[in-house]
Amino acid sequence: MYAALWRILPGPVWARILILLVLLAAVLFVLAFWVFPWIDYLTAPVQDVTVDR
Amino acid sequence: MSDLLDLVNSAEDEPPKRPRRQKTPRRGVASRIVGVFGELLITAGVLVLLFLGWQFSLNGIMLSNHQSSDASSLSQSWATGSGSSTPPSTAAASAPPTTTASFPFGEPPVLATPSAAQEFAVVYVPRFGSDFKKLNNGGAGHYPSTQMPGQVGNFAIAAHRDGWGSPFLKINELQVGDPIYVETQDGWYTYTFRGLEYVTPYGVGVIDPVPQVPGATPTDRLITLTSCNPLYIASERIIAYGVLTGWQPRSAGAPAEIAGIVGA
Repeated sequence: MYAALWRILPGPVWARILILLVLLAAVLFVLAFWVFPWIDYLTAPVQDVTVDR
Repeated sequence: MSDLLDLVNSAEDEPPKRPRRQKTPRRGVASRIVGVFGELLITAGVLVLLFLGWQFSLNGIMLSNHQSSDASSLSQSWATGSGSSTPPSTAAASAPPTTTASFPFGEPPVLATPSAAQEFAVVYVPRFGSDFKKLNNGGAGHYPSTQMPGQVGNFAIAAHRDGWGSPFLKINELQVGDPIYVETQDGWYTYTFRGLEYVTPYGVGVIDPVPQVPGATPTDRLITLTSCNPLYIASERIIAYGVLTGWQPRSAGAPAEIAGIVGA
C-alpha cells in the first residue's frame, strides 16, 4: 500500500519526501479539526462528572 | 586519507550496480493482500494513538480556550446590555435567610430558570488559575433540578477534569475560604469554599437543597461542584461545597479579585 504510494509519486527522492510531508500535514489537519472532534462527539462520556441514579 | 579519496572516486566512476526492481521477486496475490492488511492494521493503531494524544493535549487546549473566550463574550454582552435572551430575574427570594452572610446590596436576585443548554452564568475560581473562568454550559453544566445562583438551596454544577478542557482539574486543591465567583446578567455572587466530599457516582444526595439530607427545608444558599475522581478512572465523584457570602450588582462592578479578567 505505502510502497505503491511511493512508486506513484513523481520526481526524485527529495521531491517525493516533500510531497509525502505535505500529504501527512494535510491528513493530520483533517483528523485534528474534523474527524477527531466528530469521534469525540460520538463517544464522549458525558455522565462521568455527574451524580445520577 | 588518499585511500578514502580513491574509494570515493571509484564509487563515482563506476555505474550504479544496484538494480532497483529485479532484486525483490514478484510477490503472490495472497502475500500482497496480507501485506496491505498489515499496513492497514498499523495505520489503524497509529490513528488510535493519534486520537488519544489529540484528546488529552490539543483538544483540551482548544476547548479550554474556547470556553474562556465564550465566557468572556457572554460577560461582555451583559456589560453592554446586549444579552437580552435571558429572561428577567425575579425579585429576591421571599424566604427569610438565616445565613450569617450580609448583603449590603440587598437580597441577591434569582434568575428565572433558563431553558436547556442556555448559557446563563460564568464561573470564576481564582484557585484554579488566575485567569480561570468557565461558562456554564460551555465548560460546566448546571443540574437542572437544582437551584439557581443566589437562590436558597443548592446551585449544583458539574464539569470534567480529565479532558475536554478540564475545567475542574484542580478541584481537589481548593482550600477552605477560597472564593468561587458566579457571574450572571445581574451581577456577581461570591461563594466561599467550605469542604470536599467523595461519593459514589450514585450519590445524588450531594445536589439536594440541603446536601445529604433529602427532603429538608433549605435555609442556606449553597454551591456544589461535582467532577470525576480519581483522575482518568472516574469510579467516584469528587464534590466541593461552598456557601454564598456576598453578592454585588452589576452597577457595583466586579469583585476586586477578578475585576481584571471579567470580559477580558
